[in-house]
Amino acid sequence: MDADSRPVRLRIADLVAATVRAPRLDLRAGQGVALRGPSGSGKTSLLRAIADLDPNSGIVELDGQPREGIPAPEWRRRVACVPAEPAWWAALAIDHVPAGDRGSSIPGAFGLTPDLLARPVELLSTGERQRLALAIALARQPDVLLLDEPTAALDGSSRAAVEAEIGAALARGAALLLVTHDAAQVRRLGLLSVAVVDGRVAETP
Amino acid sequence: MSIDPDSLHVALGAIFLVLNAGLSILLGLGIVRRMAIAAARMVVQLALVGLVLDVVLTTRSPALIVLTVSVMTAVAAYEVIARQERPLAGIWGYGLGGATMLFGAAVVTVFALGVQLRPDPWYDPRFAVPLFGMILGNAMTGIALVMNAFVADVTTRRRAIEAHLLAGAPRMLALRASLRRAATAGLVPIVNAMAATGVVSLPGMMTGQILAGADPAQAVRYQIMVMFLIAGATGLGVSVAAWGMALRLSDSRHRLRVDRLRG
Repeated sequence: MDADSRPVRLRIADLVAATVRAPRLDLRAGQGVALRGPSGSGKTSLLRAIADLDPNSGIVELDGQPREGIPAPEWRRRVACVPAEPAWWAALAIDHVPAGDRGSSIPGAFGLTPDLLARPVELLSTGERQRLALAIALARQPDVLLLDEPTAALDGSSRAAVEAEIGAALARGAALLLVTHDAAQVRRLGLLSVAVVDGRVAETP
Repeated sequence: MSIDPDSLHVALGAIFLVLNAGLSILLGLGIVRRMAIAAARMVVQLALVGLVLDVVLTTRSPALIVLTVSVMTAVAAYEVIARQERPLAGIWGYGLGGATMLFGAAVVTVFALGVQLRPDPWYDPRFAVPLFGMILGNAMTGIALVMNAFVADVTTRRRAIEAHLLAGAPRMLALRASLRRAATAGLVPIVNAMAATGVVSLPGMMTGQILAGADPAQAVRYQIMVMFLIAGATGLGVSVAAWGMALRLSDSRHRLRVDRLRG
């Protein structure tokens, strides 16, 4: 299907947050956009603003529905944001996986065995924690994925597994906004590149 | 029998402060200035309070009682802010601290006056003012601690709280651990005081009554009543302050708002 004919999943217009502004950014169903720009240019701030984690103004719509009309907890379940350095609020890894998502095959695909999930998070390696955060977000099948350097801490095989699941999410119609410095990853996932310079996001065509 | 010490004998009590000062100079502890200022403040403040209480108790004017209680609450609200490392910005720091203290102390004092002690009139300043002051002072300590502990916990665990919010947790669920820790910190002094009273320490009020010639059994009854009231008011104030902090440091979009802190 031609990208332009697909419905707009995430629509952003005149978004203004403390350190970033996005005049127009549309993500269609199944479309992925890579944000590129130097460190400190506002890429992470943009993801946080879309996730509604920082105060911001402007128009943000999901499938034509304004964000203000969707309760914030539901918004964040449907628009999943995974920071570059995930953080944890419970002791055990498994306690971070919602009961309804524990049947998902994604943790297993990421090498997160039941034995590993039963461990305290602090005993997991950096890569295992990164995979856990991504698995939790992907397992709930969100409409939009906001991923901040998701494979920076992963080895080759883990990165391939993560990219396969991201591809699967795109194939089922999710939209993706990805912060990455990996040009090869942008090509592998077939993403459109959008520049972020000095806190301003270039407009999508 | 009560013994009424004159001013000279009261002043003799300060001899140990002078000894402390000498010790501090000898050992280079550097606490002379702070102790001297604190002692001077205590003398001036209590002397002034004595004068004010004399007028309030003599006139028994409701307006004067309200004014006294208001000044006490305002000073306590200032003290709460002074004890914060990072207080809420703007009027919120004073407002939340003052309102929760006033709420806890007023509810409990009115209950004690109306149901337990029943003086005539019910607002008799001989009972109302000291009771309110004692309850307010303890609530102040608890509320200052809960507000400080909540801010410290939220700023330390900011990333974990935001991760929970990103997973779709409502703000009060994401802040629950911080609320619990802060509430525990706020209640530690009164819980410890209740546990240790009569075994490790004799409370100041009870000791004061006994020294002034009161029957020990009556002093104990008073002390138990006051401890219940203090614990009740502190608990009420701490709970409301913790919830108020959680509400102020988050918003209706379930965001963490540490930008609402000063500095």
